[in-house]
Amino acid sequence: MAYRFTLGGENYRFNDLKSVMAKASSHRSGDVLAGLAASTNAERIAAQYVLSELPLTVFLNEAIVPYEIDEVTRLILNTHDAKAFEQISHFTVGDLRDWFLQDATEGQNIAVIKNALTPEMVAAVSKLMRNQDLIAVTSKIEVVTKFRNTLGLKGHVSVRLQPNHPTDDLKGILASTIDGLLYGCGDAVIGINPATDSPDVTINLLNMLEDLRLKYEIPTQSCVLCHVTSALQIMEKAPVDLVFQSITGSQKANSSFGINLNMLKEAHEATLALGRGTVGNQCMYFETGQGSALSANSHHGVDQQTMEARAYAVARQFDPLLVNSVVGFIGPEYLFNGKQITRAGLEDHFCAKVMGLPMGMDVCYTNHADADQDDMDNLLTLLGVAGCNFFMGVPGTDDIMLNYQSTSFHDALYLRKVLGKKPAPEFEAWLLKMGIMDEKGSKLNIGENHKLLANL
Amino acid sequence: MSDKIELPDQWHKLKQFTKARVALGNVGTGLPLTVVLALKHAHALAKDAIVTKLDIEGLKKNCEELNIPCQVFKSKAHDRLEYLKRPDLGRRLDLSSNSIDFGKADIVFVITDGLSATAVNKYAFEVLGIILLGITKKYKVAIALVEQGRVAIGDEVAELYRADFVAVLLGERPGLSSPESMGVYTTYKPKLGLTDERRNCISNIHSDGLSAIQGSTLLKYLIDRSFALQLSGVDLKIEIGDILENKKSV
Repeated sequence: MAYRFTLGGENYRFNDLKSVMAKASSHRSGDVLAGLAASTNAERIAAQYVLSELPLTVFLNEAIVPYEIDEVTRLILNTHDAKAFEQISHFTVGDLRDWFLQDATEGQNIAVIKNALTPEMVAAVSKLMRNQDLIAVTSKIEVVTKFRNTLGLKGHVSVRLQPNHPTDDLKGILASTIDGLLYGCGDAVIGINPATDSPDVTINLLNMLEDLRLKYEIPTQSCVLCHVTSALQIMEKAPVDLVFQSITGSQKANSSFGINLNMLKEAHEATLALGRGTVGNQCMYFETGQGSALSANSHHGVDQQTMEARAYAVARQFDPLLVNSVVGFIGPEYLFNGKQITRAGLEDHFCAKVMGLPMGMDVCYTNHADADQDDMDNLLTLLGVAGCNFFMGVPGTDDIMLNYQSTSFHDALYLRKVLGKKPAPEFEAWLLKMGIMDEKGSKLNIGENHKLLANL
Repeated sequence: MSDKIELPDQWHKLKQFTKARVALGNVGTGLPLTVVLALKHAHALAKDAIVTKLDIEGLKKNCEELNIPCQVFKSKAHDRLEYLKRPDLGRRLDLSSNSIDFGKADIVFVITDGLSATAVNKYAFEVLGIILLGITKKYKVAIALVEQGRVAIGDEVAELYRADFVAVLLGERPGLSSPESMGVYTTYKPKLGLTDERRNCISNIHSDGLSAIQGSTLLKYLIDRSFALQLSGVDLKIEIGDILENKKSV
């Protein structure tokens, strides 16, 4: 169905729902590349007017990726919470924005309707919201998850310690891990991107992290971010805490990642059965990012932000401990500069959080994007205020394996200090016990004979 | 005074195990200024590497010295900005200026800027020089210099030469620790529209990564194996460590 709108004496016509969605998105290079973006600034606003007046029921009646050909669409519609939806079934997209923002709507109220919200509804409403709105709403929401510690509590912010090494050298990775621990990082997970997807390497890395964790009784979890099929293959003989997978928003794009929903279900069940969590057993870790479906040429003519939100429907099916978008990694053809990366990061965090996910963010950029560390400082701070569950911690921002810049151990110190936030409670107790931090979150002056530095 | 404000980390020994930026010390929650400036310098070098240009004259001269036929092409991305925003254009040749018959070559080496022209300006002939003399005895070889090209542009170049094998040498996305890194992508029976699972890749040829000698060893291996097995890509497994190890013991 086509949509028409007159604004400032100009007549605008949008061919269908996904065209309204794409043209209402704030400007980003990926939508231009896909030929989906608004052709003028005024057309973008016309699309936003149209979107604001659409009833939410439109998204239940019109699938933007056909139900028949896409299992993600089927998942979205088949798991929709019709009962909870009754509360908001009379809303337009604009009404939903106002409802989110009003003081009377608290985090619990949003949690009640989370499964009534489809990714398309959430993407649509985010397109009508300023950065400030996205922050205001998510700062109300608390999504708590547990494995060996408690993540996502208000007043806390956690860090994935990311100690990557270009040749997966065990000592090299251990060195970065210890550096990060001594800066109070690693409560979300100690998570290594392996340079190769070799089972032997993965097993060695997992054993090394397991030895470290047991030796120092660190209340955290580890993960080697190999393909889900590799994790399934090795979990009999290696200490697998969390199973990781990159996911995206269409069946075809997921298939280009070598996965489908059944494989994720199988992996989730197998990992649950390991039962390695202590305070909880949420054992999946997902990464996402705008542009991934387009880059696999599997976006079905849908804008990249909406496709990203659809990935969150996949994620929430498997009750993850951790989810993050790798927002600036994809490159300037999808998110050109700091402004676009910032906007995308806030949108991704918002969409995932209102859908009930424990959302973190890899605040990052590549050197061919028009962005720098100042942009990362800004986005980190904004997302910290927004209540983002966790960030990455990379030595000195420089990931020497993936060749991009993320946030550093120092950035975590900064964020916790300026916002008065603490690490996960169990992990904070460990940091105090180990003499790494004081109660105020200040890094202590650690001598060369500290326990963690022994036996290297 | 600076001793009191800036707290060096007492675990410098970790630096021997990794080139990651560990044991940086801190000033409050921030990095020491010397570290901040070093990081900014590394970022500046990477940004500068992205906008450098292919040294067409120098590379042509290399071809002449080795007596290899050489042609210059442009992609459809006409400047860096367009190149960055439109990867599709960087994968296609702008053939308006070349319409001659290139004849048949068995192997085409495509040298293109990618995201760091300085990397290929520096390393392309360090790698090729080592193997070209041997190869030209067996195969008819041509070299194409392509401005503003991406990996897949090698397929179109190869079609022009009706080549059985193409190796694309291009500058990789600069990292903070490696602003000048070259990658090589090889494809057997290249044609337009192929996707990456049909290619083999040698990555990280730079001063702190694979050496030019190691790169050329791997490239020679891929050429030999591709012609022997008549394939490239995921079906052609390469164990980089083993190949380089064997080479050492020879």
